[in-house]
Amino acid sequence: MLFFIILIAIWEIIYRFNLSYEFFSVTAFPSPINSVRELYLGFFETGILLEALGTSFQRLVVGFIIAMIVGSLLGLLLARSKLADETLGSLVIALQSIPSIVWLPIMLMLFGGGNVSIIIIVALGGTWVMTSNMRLGIKSVQPILIRAARTMGYKGAELVWRVMIPASVPSFLSGTRLAWAFGWRALMAAELIGTGGLGRTLMDARDFYNMDLVIAIMIIIAAIGIIMEFVIFDRLEKKVFSRWGLS
Amino acid sequence: MADVLIDQVEKTFYDKTKDTSFTVFKDIQAEIKSGEFVSLLGPSGCGKSTLLNIIAGLEEPTSGVVEVGGRRVTGPGPDRGVVFQESALMPWQTVLDNVMFGLKKKMNKEEAKERAEYFLKLVHLSKFIHSYPHELSGGMKQRVSIARTLALDPDILLMDEPFGALDEQTRSMLHKEVTYIWEETQKTVVFVTHNIRESILLSDRIVLMGTRPGRIVEVFDVPMERPRKTSSKEFGELEERIQQKLAKEIEKVMREELGDDYNSKKGALLYHTDRDMGNHI
Repeated sequence: MLFFIILIAIWEIIYRFNLSYEFFSVTAFPSPINSVRELYLGFFETGILLEALGTSFQRLVVGFIIAMIVGSLLGLLLARSKLADETLGSLVIALQSIPSIVWLPIMLMLFGGGNVSIIIIVALGGTWVMTSNMRLGIKSVQPILIRAARTMGYKGAELVWRVMIPASVPSFLSGTRLAWAFGWRALMAAELIGTGGLGRTLMDARDFYNMDLVIAIMIIIAAIGIIMEFVIFDRLEKKVFSRWGLS
Repeated sequence: MADVLIDQVEKTFYDKTKDTSFTVFKDIQAEIKSGEFVSLLGPSGCGKSTLLNIIAGLEEPTSGVVEVGGRRVTGPGPDRGVVFQESALMPWQTVLDNVMFGLKKKMNKEEAKERAEYFLKLVHLSKFIHSYPHELSGGMKQRVSIARTLALDPDILLMDEPFGALDEQTRSMLHKEVTYIWEETQKTVVFVTHNIRESILLSDRIVLMGTRPGRIVEVFDVPMERPRKTSSKEFGELEERIQQKLAKEIEKVMREELGDDYNSKKGALLYHTDRDMGNHI
């Protein structure tokens, strides 16, 4: 904590010096105190940050849910069918190596710079990692659990539903965590070019030489990342991993 | 109640990529009477667990037939219950849910719950019905596993080294309980183990298996009264007889695994003269 206070103090001191001596252009160098003020203004007075955050979050959540559903189903299919694994599986590996933002030019042509394009980019960012995690999860279910269930009369779809899927919840969770992280990065990249949301506001702020607002938005982005990673996913993962006897 | 008939059973694994095959065992011939407690005893690699899996219907024999109660085994069935070496409990379910896991397919929830609670009481786990498997000790997990299998009321109980991973004290407790449960329920038990004492302590008959290739070496009757004492004269004599038979088989396995380096005779430690033992310092 103290470390951060000192860091911010040094930053503010450099900012003050810069005001008098102009090492850099004054407009391009943000101040931490003014950034916090911008944060306050953006949330409680003009409301632009609140609105941008709402737009971004909506896109992220929708894209993430699509990635989760499509990725899980695809992963399940790849794990269960050898034919699908050999055909679709290699396609997934190929697609996985493409950063999802690369799809943006095509999406811009097809759907413009609005919600649809950006949600698709977010979903593409998370789907493949979700797929490969789910596939691995189903494939690495302990064989002894499956055998035990078989001796108790389970087979076919019931075996998948009652044993394989619950047993792979930990890797499903790791998949969602990665999908969220990838989706979040894809979202920011897509919004810098597209319309609306935090990314667009970031570019607008630059256009108005409002570097304090740029920093304010970066603070929001970091805060959301930290909350999701350490508060939500970390806790969920700890709980699930200990229940599943993995830690 | 059912007899188990194992007729000319062979199990061979084929490796298609290398075009090689490995015969675990062949010409296995055995019969188990209903209500009998039989141990399959042997060194690792003799295929005793594979044979158990074939009886369970989890694996198919390459040739030969296994019949249970006069019907040919083609897959897992409710007449046979298996207790595995690792407890094989579903980690996401409570102890109670684990025991109900198989029951729920046969009866409604209330009946399943009642029955599960009864069998958990039988293995002295009433206090832990709402615990998760990771909160239990190895012995307790194995009790849950036994309760889960017994609750399904199979004619034959197949146990695959169920106490192999447990400490001595826990194991001897469970030996007493298994004997008690077997006497009460009169189920047929096939018990796989590599522990001679365990097999003498528990079974009516011991089927000693050998390896490379896997086969039945000898069948020992255990005519002793229960509860058996490891300190009794008969116990010691039988242990000695089995020990001698088994020693030959174990040496064979060791030779195969370690090559010519292996020599069980005393004072035959090998070392190379060029190995630096630090004596030049």
